[in-house]
Amino acid sequence: MGSSTETIRDLTQQDYKWGFVTDIESERVPRGLTEDTIRLISAKKHEPEFMLDWRLRAFRHWASLEKAQAEPKWANVHYGPIDYQDIIYYSAPKQKPNLKSLNELDPEILRTYEKLGIPLAEQQRLAGVAVDAVFDSVSVATTFKEKLGELGIVFCSFSEAVEKYPELVKQYLGTVVPHTDNFFAALNAAVFSDGSFVYVPKGVRCPMELSTYFRINAAETGQFERTLIIADEGAYVSYLEGCTAPIRDENQLHAAVVELIALDNAQIKYSTVQNWYPGDKQGRGGIYNFVTKRGKCAGINSKISWTQVETGSAITWKYPGCILQGDNSVGEFYSVALTNNYQQADTGTKMIHLGKNTRSTIVSKGISAGHGQNTYRGMVKILKGATGARNYTQCDSLLIGDQCGAHTFPYIEVKNSTARMEHEASTSKIGEDQIFYLQQRGLKAEEAVSMIVNGFCKQVFRELPMEFAVEAQKLLGISLEGSVG
Amino acid sequence: MSLLQIRNLHAQVGGHEILKGIDLTVNAGEVHSIMGPNGSGKSTLAQVLSRHQAFEVTGGEILFNGKDLLAMKPEEAACEGVFMAFQYPVEIPGIGNAYFVRTALNAIRKYRGLDELDAMDFLPLYREKMRLLDMDEKFMNRSVNEGFSGGEKKRNEILQMAMLEPRLAILDETDSGLDIDALRIVAQGVNVMRSPERAMIVVTHYQRLLNYIAPDFVHVLVDGRILRSGGPELALELEDKGYGWIETEAGQIAPASA
Repeated sequence: MGSSTETIRDLTQQDYKWGFVTDIESERVPRGLTEDTIRLISAKKHEPEFMLDWRLRAFRHWASLEKAQAEPKWANVHYGPIDYQDIIYYSAPKQKPNLKSLNELDPEILRTYEKLGIPLAEQQRLAGVAVDAVFDSVSVATTFKEKLGELGIVFCSFSEAVEKYPELVKQYLGTVVPHTDNFFAALNAAVFSDGSFVYVPKGVRCPMELSTYFRINAAETGQFERTLIIADEGAYVSYLEGCTAPIRDENQLHAAVVELIALDNAQIKYSTVQNWYPGDKQGRGGIYNFVTKRGKCAGINSKISWTQVETGSAITWKYPGCILQGDNSVGEFYSVALTNNYQQADTGTKMIHLGKNTRSTIVSKGISAGHGQNTYRGMVKILKGATGARNYTQCDSLLIGDQCGAHTFPYIEVKNSTARMEHEASTSKIGEDQIFYLQQRGLKAEEAVSMIVNGFCKQVFRELPMEFAVEAQKLLGISLEGSVG
Repeated sequence: MSLLQIRNLHAQVGGHEILKGIDLTVNAGEVHSIMGPNGSGKSTLAQVLSRHQAFEVTGGEILFNGKDLLAMKPEEAACEGVFMAFQYPVEIPGIGNAYFVRTALNAIRKYRGLDELDAMDFLPLYREKMRLLDMDEKFMNRSVNEGFSGGEKKRNEILQMAMLEPRLAILDETDSGLDIDALRIVAQGVNVMRSPERAMIVVTHYQRLLNYIAPDFVHVLVDGRILRSGGPELALELEDKGYGWIETEAGQIAPASA
């Protein structure tokens, strides 16, 4: 075995840097899940009747699924049974109600976000990025609210939206991902505690990146957030989410739902840098990231674009998709998924073409190192009315070392003969000869691997907002440390 | 002091001995050509000099600039000034040529305690060398070697050499797969690089390349040993008679040495 082999190993075995725990008093509901839990969560959030009813419907549906043992098992991932009665479904930092300013926020929480590189304090804010910070089950701070408010843009926590904009919530909640969609979507609908809400009014182009930073802190809790983004006619918004969690030996469940709605001529760009705790080198602990994300291009000429960089979580199970309903609407999916050590990812997208001349693009880059298992699963469905629909799919896998795996499951369903489909796929392995070539030019083995991987991901990185593309590259380098083998 | 001193070098791969005692001294300013039949160990010697770890050195020593080359990792050898133009340059998809060379150049500069070059300083230099090798500007942003013809790949190697300005350049069968025009351009690039501070080792199977790059010394490698050394005339003699006569001659001198 050459030295580059050892370097690959060292490189993929680097430690998770975001694994600290914030010592803070929190308020939790009792462990387990019953109708009472739902009522308690709803009451804590002072929700109107319609929300409680909606949650209860979802809960009953979920309970029937659970009874029927209908938790999805088709994904190419392996884990022990989850005891849904052994999870705490709501945990919130104790704080004064209705903070007037960030100065009233618990300084420990402020420090947590600073440590994570997400400064919330006014003077340190990232220029051009508004942040909603979600700590365990609740949103603790949203920045730049007033400035956005001048344009009529609503960017706030989900709880606040329920309180202040109940009509919008009522109109759109569950219209893209209904609670009956799947097991985890039903669970989320029943117990979701917070998340972000965005509404961009007609003809408004949101002048800054909107971003949510999710942090799981408390032990034995699940995180169930829900994000709803509505771009009204002719509106544009770019949204980014990031996430981290402390190092813990037991697995924690994260089951989020994201719904996007783009009306006529509207555009939504949704980027994710997912870095939940991936578990240790032996595969102990880590987040189960079981997430349902979907966008609906409801209007003509609308566009929804998903970009994701998935480096964290013990298990990832997510398929951000687009329903292309409006004529000429466009759906895009750009993904980098990296699995190292014993991480497993089953991720991809669904593109459902309903409208005429709808177009979709899928670019998926899977990187497997260590014992990681990486699966691309994608569905492209062209329905009868989708005359002139087009899809382009490119699906590449990169293997580092000889103990990892890459798998591809493309599903294609075409019901209109005018459709045009392209599918390209490749699998390659970082070779000793590639690493040697770069070393011979003066680069260290880990720099060589990092360069090769970054080149492999370039098509996806260039879709990310500039400052996050740089972050994503660094993150990839760190996530790979210890992998050269 | 000689730039490169190889003493009684033995190397093997997969338990199979390939280099069986090489002695070679190369001074700054000299161009040496290593010739020999297929499988004689020419490329192995080049790989050992550039510190490829797949080749296990079982005996002997190599001093480069007075330093123990065998103790160096590939990137250290590169930063000390050893450059190899590969016989089969690999592709690095998604990484542009200019970005790649700048990263390499800065890694080397950093090692030597020099300031890193930013894009503004780097690009004019890169453009100038590209003109020298008759390369299109579009080339800068293409991915490293991806989709390149054989000739383009070799020119890219020489371009990198011109940018990195090594003390010792090893050209491993750079002429293979080149048509006569490409050969001329590559040779021109190499000749411009000749200088009193720099040495070159040109590994080749055919005499053809040596019509364009005139070596000071020619060494004939057969079965892991240098059987004969001489001036440029030796290459012509080989072209004429093939490698067989050297093997026969050597066999008569040292019949039982293997």
